[in-house]
Amino acid sequence: MEQNTIETGTHKKEKPYINPYIGGVLLGIVLLSAFFIAGEGLGASGAFKNVISVCAAPITSADNTTGFFAKNYHSLMEDSKKWWIVLEVLGVLIGGLLSGAVSGRLKLKTEHSPKISKKRRLIFALLGGMFFGIGSQFGRGCTSGAALSGMASFSVAGFLTMAFIFGTGYTLAYFFRKNWI
Amino acid sequence: MVAPLVENGIISGNFNLLIALFIGLGFGFVLEQSGFSSSRKLAGVFYGYDMTVMKVFFTAAIVAMFGLLFFSLFGWIDLEMIYVNNTFLYSAIIGGVLMGIGFIMGGYCPGTSMCAAAIGKIDAMVFIVGIVIGIVIFGIGFPIWEKIYTAKALGPLKLSDLIGVKDGVFLLLLVVIAMAMFYAAEWVEKKFPRDVY
Repeated sequence: MEQNTIETGTHKKEKPYINPYIGGVLLGIVLLSAFFIAGEGLGASGAFKNVISVCAAPITSADNTTGFFAKNYHSLMEDSKKWWIVLEVLGVLIGGLLSGAVSGRLKLKTEHSPKISKKRRLIFALLGGMFFGIGSQFGRGCTSGAALSGMASFSVAGFLTMAFIFGTGYTLAYFFRKNWI
Repeated sequence: MVAPLVENGIISGNFNLLIALFIGLGFGFVLEQSGFSSSRKLAGVFYGYDMTVMKVFFTAAIVAMFGLLFFSLFGWIDLEMIYVNNTFLYSAIIGGVLMGIGFIMGGYCPGTSMCAAAIGKIDAMVFIVGIVIGIVIFGIGFPIWEKIYTAKALGPLKLSDLIGVKDGVFLLLLVVIAMAMFYAAEWVEKKFPRDVY
């Protein structure tokens, strides 16, 4: 598709990823900047919730302020700070794209273990996304908003959510091993 | 105390939104450069063949925590104004478990899926569709789980306060734990090597 136009003429090979500890330090600096400037950490799932709340507003009706999305819609309309996370996630898309471009990793593909079919990978991706979507609402944030930023602000919720995300992952890893290894 | 800049009115709300875009850009760039745009690399943390997630995650948290504490010590930032996530005990645990299931099935989390979708991963785009469906399900069914969602509200409780140590001491403990985990991670990667995926 249009991926061909992005290719840089000379067939450059993918650049290797950076050292994880350096990546961690850089991510920590980004997180610290968020705290320093905005007073709160990074996030992702909140942006989804906000966009859904706005899209659902015509359905949830303007005077209904008790529903989950309606309530969030009203606070979005009142407080511009609630849009912070939406712009931040838009930035994540741009940042990811830029990084992929400079490292020669822009390519339309479905990544999966050779042991499973593309279809199976996509079904599991959809299901996984659904679980993550529901879980992120219970957790009041996902891996970035609840676990990472929560940990960085010493929050009990942050450590708890982190422990249960990874703890559950390890507990179930055996049953899903074919998908990954 | 100058920071948080927005809370202290040093920068305006509108400008803050522009900054959000740039902070997000940095976030996405670092995630992608660290390899978080690959689900098989992310899932490696659960099988020991690639522990990148753990290394990046803990290093980042510790760097940010050191930054917050030192900035506070220098009088640059008012820690009282930093948002500490509220703890709702049951909801946090349920959320963590559901997200863990989502992670091992889908191989991404919301932030990394955006990053992966940006470089053309179709599985990440499908994962994002899943997130949207999941959040809609949660919202529609909200009256069913509203009680458990708001149960056991402990407020903005800090773990350091809970166990009764100073933030600095707590951070030092966390550094020691992280060092042990990093050491184990390096060892386990050698034990379960996987070159190409």
